Amino acid sequence: MRPTFWSKVDTAARKLTPFGLTMLLVLIGAVPLHLPGIASVTPLLPLIGIYYWAIYRPDLMPVSAVFVIGILYDALSGTPMGVSAAVFVIVHGIIDSQRRFFAGKSFMIIWLGFFLVSAGALLAIWILVSAYYGTFVKSEALIFQYVITLGCFPLLSWALLRWQRAFLRQA
Amino acid sequence: MSERPRSELRAAGTLRAYAHRFAYIGLIVAAGALMMLGKADAVLVEKLRLRIIDATAPILDVLSRPVDVVTHTVEQAHDWMAIHDENERLREDRARLMQWQTVARRLEAENAALKQLLHFVPEPEGRFVTARVVADSGGAFAHSLLLSAGLRDGVDKGHPVVSDEALVGRIAGVARHSARVLLITDLNSRIPVFVGPTRTRAILAGDNTSRPKLVYLAPEAVVSPGDLIATSGHAGVFPSGIPVGIVNSVGDGEIRVKPYLERERLEYLRVIDYGLTGILGGPPAAAPVAVPNAADPKEVAGSQEGTEP
Repeated sequence: MRPTFWSKVDTAARKLTPFGLTMLLVLIGAVPLHLPGIASVTPLLPLIGIYYWAIYRPDLMPVSAVFVIGILYDALSGTPMGVSAAVFVIVHGIIDSQRRFFAGKSFMIIWLGFFLVSAGALLAIWILVSAYYGTFVKSEALIFQYVITLGCFPLLSWALLRWQRAFLRQA
Repeated sequence: MSERPRSELRAAGTLRAYAHRFAYIGLIVAAGALMMLGKADAVLVEKLRLRIIDATAPILDVLSRPVDVVTHTVEQAHDWMAIHDENERLREDRARLMQWQTVARRLEAENAALKQLLHFVPEPEGRFVTARVVADSGGAFAHSLLLSAGLRDGVDKGHPVVSDEALVGRIAGVARHSARVLLITDLNSRIPVFVGPTRTRAILAGDNTSRPKLVYLAPEAVVSPGDLIATSGHAGVFPSGIPVGIVNSVGDGEIRVKPYLERERLEYLRVIDYGLTGILGGPPAAAPVAVPNAADPKEVAGSQEGTEP
């Protein structure tokens, strides 16, 4: 059966959701939560989205999309424009080169991989921001940001897995 | 016969691999170029940032509302539980403040009389805009907020931002419907202040920690913990006398200030327009108390307005 016009639109819309959801994660991460001390330790949510989709549906999370997500994150978070974009692109490249390793691995292995990737990403952002300002930027909350990001990973990847099963099975 | 297609296939595969690699290298170079451009032409890149912020501000506004409702409900429940203690405390406060009121009235009258004697020219009265905080983009690397008011509402670059009459920061960039606030704790924040009762001049410099430090303080100045810090009005961006914080610690050549600002409690902020146009967006620390022509604020504001359709 030839796909009708609307079913094509439907498939295209579904295929856009990994990108859309990750953009939404950037926005959610920016919402003020009014919890004591949370302001400076907001988790790096978009990194979770990028990591998840780059592993499970790389066809729907191309590197150009990752670049756009990084630019949005830089614009909203006040980091120098281009810093997160560069780091997110590198993260995508690393996952892309390790595709064979990630294929069919258990959740624990994927999570452990995220331990390394997010540590590397935060460190890279810190180095780039420090280089940009020409001084060692003090970041008292960096470790907390790392731990909270790691803690968010299982919850968020579970939600993304549900989404993938529900909407992206055929797409 | 089958040789040629196979070699063509291989060539296509290699080409695709190159294109794939080129995409990564190209994007990393693009990001690097953007960083360099941000260093070379800060105004242009800030304009790009503000365009993006302006486009996303309505979405952020919607997203942040449910969070505010939850916070209010929790706060209300908390207030109900503590209502008795709160009442006791307020009674005590009231008794104490009544005495202060008498003192303040007397000083106010005395002040007015002395000003009349000296033909004192008062500072301009501020006009203010109240705006909602739609994003505390946070992260560990930058201390800035996004507000739901912009050029359309009369907010402009350099305006001081206060909460409960204490300084929060200044407007670092403004778009049509939104604005970015640079908090006084941010690495890029430099604010001329008076320290303590002697009104010693200094610069309050943020360094991305919650306790900014005092720099460019006269060597003979005596500063002790608990001294009040307020804006001095030098550099002509802020009016003098906006409370900023108190001295938190003095030690080994470093004086740290505890600002009144409580970042996680900021919800509605006031942006005040005193009609002052001093140095704006100039290089931090290089010329903190410079003459007003260090940067032309009109040009910056004008070029931003010029981008509007």
